[in-house]
Amino acid sequence: MKMSGAEILIESLKREGTKYIFGYPGGVVLNIFDTLYDDKEIKLILGRHEQGAVHAADGYARATGRPGVVLVTSGPGATNTVTGIATAAMDSIPLVVMSGQVPTMLIGNDAFQEADIVGITRPCTKYNFLVKDVKDLSRTIREAFHIATTGRPGPVLIDLPKDVTASKTDFVWPEIDVRSYKPTYEGNKWMIKQAAHHIAKAKKPVIIAGGGVILSGASKELRELAEHTDTPVTMTLMGLGGFPGTHTLSLGMLGMHGTYYANKAVQDSDLLIAIGMRFDDRVTGKVDAFAPHAKIIHIDIDPTSIRKNVRVDTPIVGDVKNVLAVLNKVMKEEINEQWNEVRKAWLKQISVWREERPMTYTWSDEVIKPQYVVEKIYETTKGDAIITTEVGQNQMWAAQFYKYDKPRTFLSSGGLGTMGYGLPAAIGAQLAFPNKLVIDVAGDGSIQMNIQELATAVINKLPVKVAILNNRYLGMVRQWQELFFNERYSHTNLDVVPDFVEVAHAYGAVGLRATKPSEVEPVLKEAFRIKRPVFIDFVIDWKEKVYPMVPAGAPIDHMLFEEQEKKPEKKLKAVR
Amino acid sequence: MRHTISVLVENKFGVLSRVSGLFSGRGYNVESLSVGETIDPQISIMTIVTTGDDQIIEQITKQLNKLIDVIKVTDMTEMDHVEREMVLLKVAPRQADKAEVLNLTEIFRGRIVDSSPKTYTIEITGNEKKIEAFIELMKPMGIKEFVRTGKVAIAREGVRKKG
Repeated sequence: MKMSGAEILIESLKREGTKYIFGYPGGVVLNIFDTLYDDKEIKLILGRHEQGAVHAADGYARATGRPGVVLVTSGPGATNTVTGIATAAMDSIPLVVMSGQVPTMLIGNDAFQEADIVGITRPCTKYNFLVKDVKDLSRTIREAFHIATTGRPGPVLIDLPKDVTASKTDFVWPEIDVRSYKPTYEGNKWMIKQAAHHIAKAKKPVIIAGGGVILSGASKELRELAEHTDTPVTMTLMGLGGFPGTHTLSLGMLGMHGTYYANKAVQDSDLLIAIGMRFDDRVTGKVDAFAPHAKIIHIDIDPTSIRKNVRVDTPIVGDVKNVLAVLNKVMKEEINEQWNEVRKAWLKQISVWREERPMTYTWSDEVIKPQYVVEKIYETTKGDAIITTEVGQNQMWAAQFYKYDKPRTFLSSGGLGTMGYGLPAAIGAQLAFPNKLVIDVAGDGSIQMNIQELATAVINKLPVKVAILNNRYLGMVRQWQELFFNERYSHTNLDVVPDFVEVAHAYGAVGLRATKPSEVEPVLKEAFRIKRPVFIDFVIDWKEKVYPMVPAGAPIDHMLFEEQEKKPEKKLKAVR
Repeated sequence: MRHTISVLVENKFGVLSRVSGLFSGRGYNVESLSVGETIDPQISIMTIVTTGDDQIIEQITKQLNKLIDVIKVTDMTEMDHVEREMVLLKVAPRQADKAEVLNLTEIFRGRIVDSSPKTYTIEITGNEKKIEAFIELMKPMGIKEFVRTGKVAIAREGVRKKG
């Protein structure tokens, strides 16, 4: 039976297990939307901006591990997806983004709503396709899903000219084999042996767990390695949840806003076991001064991650889960009796650092401290929630003061640092887990970048909660200006911030507000009771900064702490 | 150090821009790049001449391998190989120099592929040094213009790693 390109597309998506498409209609995708109109199996979640649709698909993918699927129109529809695609690319999130394109005969003519989206997204996708013939369509979709979800995952874009979606052909579901794409899943046995040997000999080892642990589903294996070898674990932002934050061996996050004890441990260690992470500059600080005494074992599925930023002694290319499973097995033979004694000293040293400078903040009776809000979210939910974040101070506080015990419960734009990510990502996660509490920890700046997606939440009855840490500033940038730019607050004072309670009302959501510390807990409890989307406007201490902090380009044990803050605040213009 | 890298790619739409985009996006140098089909018309081969320290070359090789359309990457510098480049050079010598131009062309085993009352167009094939030397010798003769193909390279049979 002949099927149209649009029908083939929908059928192919079903075969790939797609339940939701996040999208936005437009001229050249009308054929597809028309086909979707009658479809009972696939639900299209209409965003309010294409960027929001992509972030929602991304949030869905991060929460579930399944690829997020996006459908947008050509031209502006396609270009609006770029930030979302780049966000997913930097954090290795599997997405299949389908963009409409002008008919093949018009391509290159600067037709209405034409954009060379394949050219535009080439550097920020894992791969992209332009389908020129309807006969190639089903195979292309299969390849797209294959490429997006295997190896180091990432976004794949398929550009679909209008005539391709209209023309008809027989449906086939071909087997695929991309001969030039063969990711390495099994680690080199010899290298794994060498790694085990290093671990057995190490006196002061530290595991750094990254997003790869979560992507490959290796939390169990990681925990086994850490517990079996008594090795403390620190996590990158992307790795949070990959190892239980409440575990005694957890050092929390490392890097620019990491814990003192994590950074100290890394700098003092004689062996780093880097797992599914890529030594981002926010993690290493000054590279030359990073972990100067440590041998480095680096496990990653992407060979380019290895030795890109730091020297590596034992590189292991492979899927983290596979490699760790083998390593754990080998490790069993390597461990000797003196093991515990050697480890005890190291763990004791770490607990000294932990007591020396725990993660704290200064309590206030009058004004809400943002860290307190995050702590209360953790206490009230007992950690049983999915947290998304925007980018800036809100993101760091959410990373520092909430303990993530399970993978896929902390969704945040790490690599690209995309403001406006949190709300749509929460929508995607809520769609996947309708009965879970999904909370976006937001800032007043970031939330305004995709605030329109509140409509998507309301219309789809997705009861996401948005905790806006409202300081009326672009707080993180202001923090840098305060510390490094002589308190010259160039364009970080937002001055006019909308009344978020009223905004919520206007969208048909619920708006709540807390202005005093005593109101934080009751307001949170109320919000979590309500089965509708809620904006909670937390009017927080606008002077609060994220500490500890490693100035950009400094070694990561050169940290600034809150109590070192001696500067008079008179130069700050009070906003309330 | 300078490296000649041979890249086997799927002969697909956009593959050249994927490769060149990788170099520009990550700030790697390209000294020359040449592309052509192989015996299998679905596969093309690119010869890229680039410079960088060991770490950069390692990254370039890995990044190239990571591209979905790349089938195989070979750093020719690590093995015995033959490199060739061609130049088409248009020279407008004075009457007195004409014999010398023909003479030098002969010495370099070049060919005159076009001539006009005022100019000769010369084709020279060889390794980079030979091409450079010929261009140097032709400069005083009055070069009008020249075009170079960029390098192509192929491994010698019975390949083994240097050193």
